[in-house]
Amino acid sequence: MNHPAISNTSLALAFMLVLVALLVSQKEKLGLHKDILWSVARAIIQLTIVGYVLHYLFDFNNRWLTLLMVLFICVNAALNARKRSKRIGKAFLISLSAIGFGTGLTLTILVLSGALAFVPMQVIPVSGMIAGNAMVAVGLCYTQLNQRFADNRQQIEEMLSLGASVKRASAQLVRESIRAAMIPTVDAAKTVGLVSLPGMMSGLIFAGIDPVQAIKYQIMVTFMLLGTAAISTIIAAWLGYRRFYNAQAQLTF
Amino acid sequence: MTMGRPGRPVLLFRSASFRVMIGRKIEKEACMSMEIPLLAVRDVSYSLAGKTLLAPVSFTLQQHEFVWLTGPSGSGKTTLLKIIASLLSPDSGSVALRGEEVGTLSPERWRQQVSYCFQTPQLFGATVCDNLAFPWQLRQQQPEKRALQHSLAQLDLAPEMLEQPIAGLSGGERQRVALLRHLQFPPAVLLLDEVTSALDTENKARVKQLIQQTMAQHAMSVLWISHDGQETGDGARVITLTRMEAAQ
Repeated sequence: MNHPAISNTSLALAFMLVLVALLVSQKEKLGLHKDILWSVARAIIQLTIVGYVLHYLFDFNNRWLTLLMVLFICVNAALNARKRSKRIGKAFLISLSAIGFGTGLTLTILVLSGALAFVPMQVIPVSGMIAGNAMVAVGLCYTQLNQRFADNRQQIEEMLSLGASVKRASAQLVRESIRAAMIPTVDAAKTVGLVSLPGMMSGLIFAGIDPVQAIKYQIMVTFMLLGTAAISTIIAAWLGYRRFYNAQAQLTF
Repeated sequence: MTMGRPGRPVLLFRSASFRVMIGRKIEKEACMSMEIPLLAVRDVSYSLAGKTLLAPVSFTLQQHEFVWLTGPSGSGKTTLLKIIASLLSPDSGSVALRGEEVGTLSPERWRQQVSYCFQTPQLFGATVCDNLAFPWQLRQQQPEKRALQHSLAQLDLAPEMLEQPIAGLSGGERQRVALLRHLQFPPAVLLLDEVTSALDTENKARVKQLIQQTMAQHAMSVLWISHDGQETGDGARVITLTRMEAAQ
């Protein structure tokens, strides 16, 4: 297999693209200098650290360390999803349960079905992909829940005043929120290969794998992204909606 | 609290605000007797962000009783009804139904017995039928179409309206459909918040007649917010809230 390698000189020359961005910012007075330099610095530092950590993990090839890395990915995804929670209390725990369970279940199915070998080189990148996608879906689900609860406050209270349980009064909003949070993942699945050649497939093609083989992996990725997003948003929504009520089944905002 | 003679209007003066309210004296509270009242509201108050929305108020309501709740805007009438329906928790005081306080019953059970009907209701689902069938579904029952049509007819609404989308309804039609939702399974205490504000005189009378008819048939009591002096001057008991306190 022809391993692609990129020299430090080529990388330094590619930095010219950042200079182009800085030039545009300067010319159009966008005021993005600091942001561009900060983001580039962060990308270089974060990726360098991740590169060395993964290099070490792949060499070490320890199951427990691999699981710890998966947990680390899920915790970070949950911390990030929490930022969208606003009125939803205990959002970190809810997000971690949702993303952790979704990622865990998907990984288990992939490993048991033989699609994935339980080695850090396969498990960690795939965990990053599915947990990252679940993070976006869960964050979107929180935004939807917050918006819909605020917009339909009176309707919820009217259902409650007729004697409905909080579950019954929220069911429609929860369903709509899950649906809206799933749409980007579903749309991405619809256009995969037509609009963009996704990361997994592109990476394999870069590494010299026959595109016909590469698409098999991409199909697997599509399955796992859909599955994890669905599981994670359902868990986040059904755990999250209760946070809008107190013990007396009254809206808390 | 200021009291006058039975049946006669009484002027209530607030020394702090010099507000003058017209109320009506009623018989002594039933809590004085040995009998447990149907609904007992004791020293209930509510404030939000340091602003008093409802000053302490106490009263009781007996079975079959019809009571008007009046008072100027901002005196806390809606807040009081929402507290009684357990949609809000008071800062202080208690609300009890047949001697059992809110919290001893599940919220669903409480609200099926003490039900609050909004002034400008929002209907849910797609059609009128979705709204009238909702209380039945909560009780795991499936209503007969004819029963719902009969319900509509009680407030002069056409049977065909049952399948009509809610988006096309007028304000008055929405109010009547919302009220009928609460009357599918009449509660022990019905709390009405200016539920006829969008109706003409004829329909107002029809609503009142239906409420009285339901009270007689189902031992229901009613606490009804109204700003209409003509309505509240019908000889029924009146509770008037002032901005600072409630009085009977």
